[in-house]
Amino acid sequence: MDFNDTPEEAAYRAKVREWLAANAKPKSDANDNLRLAEVLKRSKAWQATKAEAGYACITWPKEWGGGGGSTIESVIFGQEESKYDAPAGVFAIGLGMCIPTVMAWGSEEHKKRFVKPAVRGDEIWCQLFSEPAGGSDVAGLRTRAEKDGDEWVINGQKVWTSGAHYCDYGIVVVRTDPNVPKHKGLTMFWVDMKSPGIEVRPIKQMSGDSNFNEVFFTDVRVNDDQRLGNVGDGWKVALTTLMNERLAVGGGMGGTSVKDLVEMARSTEMDGMPALQNGSVRERIADWYVQEQGLKLTRYRTLTALSKGQTPGPESSISKIVSAKKMQDLGAFAMDMQDIGGIIRDPEISAENASPQEMWFGAAGYRIAGGTDEILRNIVAERVLGMPGDIRVDKDVPFNQMPRGK
Amino acid sequence: MNFDFSDDQKMIKEQVRKFLADKCGYAVTRRVLEGKEPYSRDVWKGLVDMGLTGTAIPEEHGGLGLGALELCVIAEELGRVAAAVPFSSSVYLASEAINLFGTDAQKANWLPKLAAGEIIGTLAWAEGTHQPTARNIKTSFAGGKLNGEKLPVPDGSYADIAVVVVSAGGKGISLAIVDLREAGVTRETLTTVDIVRDHARLTFKDAPAELMSDQGNGEAQLARLLDGAAVFFAFEQVGGTEAAMNMARDYAMERFAFGRVIASYQAIKHKLADMYVKLELARSNAYFGAMQLNDQSAELPEAAATARIAATDAYCFAGQENVQVHGGIGYTWEADTQFHYRRSKLLSLTIGSPVNWKNKLVSCLEARNAA
Ligand SMILES: Cc1cc2nc3c(=O)[nH]c(=O)nc-3n(C[C@H](O)[C@H](O)[C@H](O)COP(=O)(O)OP(=O)(O)OC[C@H]3O[C@@H](n4cnc5c(N)ncnc54)[C@H](O)[C@@H]3O)c2cc1C
Repeated sequence: MDFNDTPEEAAYRAKVREWLAANAKPKSDANDNLRLAEVLKRSKAWQATKAEAGYACITWPKEWGGGGGSTIESVIFGQEESKYDAPAGVFAIGLGMCIPTVMAWGSEEHKKRFVKPAVRGDEIWCQLFSEPAGGSDVAGLRTRAEKDGDEWVINGQKVWTSGAHYCDYGIVVVRTDPNVPKHKGLTMFWVDMKSPGIEVRPIKQMSGDSNFNEVFFTDVRVNDDQRLGNVGDGWKVALTTLMNERLAVGGGMGGTSVKDLVEMARSTEMDGMPALQNGSVRERIADWYVQEQGLKLTRYRTLTALSKGQTPGPESSISKIVSAKKMQDLGAFAMDMQDIGGIIRDPEISAENASPQEMWFGAAGYRIAGGTDEILRNIVAERVLGMPGDIRVDKDVPFNQMPRGK
Repeated sequence: MNFDFSDDQKMIKEQVRKFLADKCGYAVTRRVLEGKEPYSRDVWKGLVDMGLTGTAIPEEHGGLGLGALELCVIAEELGRVAAAVPFSSSVYLASEAINLFGTDAQKANWLPKLAAGEIIGTLAWAEGTHQPTARNIKTSFAGGKLNGEKLPVPDGSYADIAVVVVSAGGKGISLAIVDLREAGVTRETLTTVDIVRDHARLTFKDAPAELMSDQGNGEAQLARLLDGAAVFFAFEQVGGTEAAMNMARDYAMERFAFGRVIASYQAIKHKLADMYVKLELARSNAYFGAMQLNDQSAELPEAAATARIAATDAYCFAGQENVQVHGGIGYTWEADTQFHYRRSKLLSLTIGSPVNWKNKLVSCLEARNAA
């Protein structure tokens, strides 16, 4: 057992390191509170630089602007890139989920039109799936599209759409037939976010930030050739997106690590002693360290399979279940350690630049986004352990006769 | 990146798994539970015949000369069936201790017999219902004689030799070897939560014994021995977790309540998903422990503690919740759920409690951060 690169991997890593050293910016704290416009500018510039060199979308074919490389190369690049100030967050949904869906279901013409600009970061995409009526049960969506000649007319509302306020395009799943059971009456389209009738209203999150939006559709006209997949196949198409979502979201987020927590506990006084000497503090630190290491090493197992050209096992499905809750609990505990002072959320005063407080807020969303804790447990039980799906009361019922809440 | 066992190691694992599936079903282990034999003699003999007791013992001392990684895959399979054999005592504890810290003469004398399964060894460490430490060990060694009392000692009712942790007269602790078949040793079998695995009280009255090498360094030696054992036990716990999880899943897929299988209830599904999450965290951490042990890395203490904590958490959870998933039938003497319920608790304490291992882990992290 070892964590070493194969000779080919080592050569690739060396090449990547050299390129990053010449092209990427070193990390700096000064970037923490940039305005959105500045974030977008920097992100787009970095994405274009990568695309130029074949380091954007490394696993995609070169003809689509990708790098024509392997998954392991993409992982190696990601590991090395993370040592630099390399903003990529705004592209995660578009390149992680939307464009793969376009590539799988779009026409040749659309692929030619959209894939390269997205890879280069010139155009950003969002995912218009969730609605007020349901996110977990996204197939219960109510936004409808009616055929009018060569066009479809969309009316309804999407919600929680990350990035809609700066995105150029989106993929939207809508109901085209309410008379059949819910999964059967859906169709997927791509839309220009500047189409007449689309209104984006930012939603203020409980953290006070605004990263996601409500998106209203009022008589928005899309051409039939904007359809991705057949009429009525929207659910099948959506599954392509959602499969990719699990790959994109699984990685976890930064914030206060266990190592940081040890340092905080060393310098924080509790009961007249460093908190690090307190038994219950030590026990919690140990538990989170075991989780943090366990997740990292589980990724190494997956990488080992990829490196050997094998299909990874289902073990990576545990990642978000563990990491989201750990973020929330660790953030909360780091606040507890500061006693009443833990309520202060001010980077100037709070320990660790208020990272525990930010993490505690962020985690509340992370436990919901891209599949809630509960939905992910269902997935493990059903897909990994082979247990039966939930009993459904809406399965064979036409959508317009389904029981529904407010 | 090569964070996996080799094909050869997987082959050993497969062989052991087949052998145990065939010869070490719960019905066989139940014979020990019911007091019909002190341990599963046929299973033990089979393991010995396969040479597994000598896995990590050097060839010059009659072993197979393989390493820690091979022992880890064997441990996982023994844990899976909750085998009633003295493998852990004789192999991870006694043989490893002698191989690591015995004098040349002691190695030449004992290792071939341990490898060949002619004798069974164990470690006599604890002295009652508290955490044994370098400062509270009372068993003494002087003039070649051992005096004191050890309990609980795994496989103590029938082990032939023991590595004994003794007080080094105010200078911490030392390791000594005692032949338990000699005069001056009395044994009394104890009732424990896992009666499938024998534990005894050993009383020494002027029992002849010999110190092992490097005296004065006993605390570090014991710590190293326990770190290695923590990794091997972690693999047993991983195997046990998977078995308990599968037992719960299989039962849930058959049992009906309110007109449908209980596996279709989310409370049950999510419990199983949690078992899987803990299992995978434990497995990944166990692999890392194995790697550090095999590489004789300076990071072993941290990796071993991490492996042990994760594996203990996973197995105790799966052991308990497996009973819960079974309902009333799971609480009966006839049910096989009890094997993992019992074993998970035993393994969580056998070389020190979770609290102490967590404390130790954080001490490692403190030291590393400070450096
Ligand atoms: C930060 C953030 C960013 C997001 N970005 C996007 C985006 O870009 N595009 C997009 O389309 N959506 C996005 N979402 C929406 C997200 O996918 C949904 O919020 C999520 O799927 C949950 O749906 P819901 O909010 O309707 O909650 P509900 O589905 O109503 O869930 C409410 C509660 O019920 C539980 N529940 C629901 N169904 C079941 C079940 N079958 N079994 C057990 N429990 C169940 C849930 O676990 C949850 O606890 C984002 C959400 C967040 C928080």
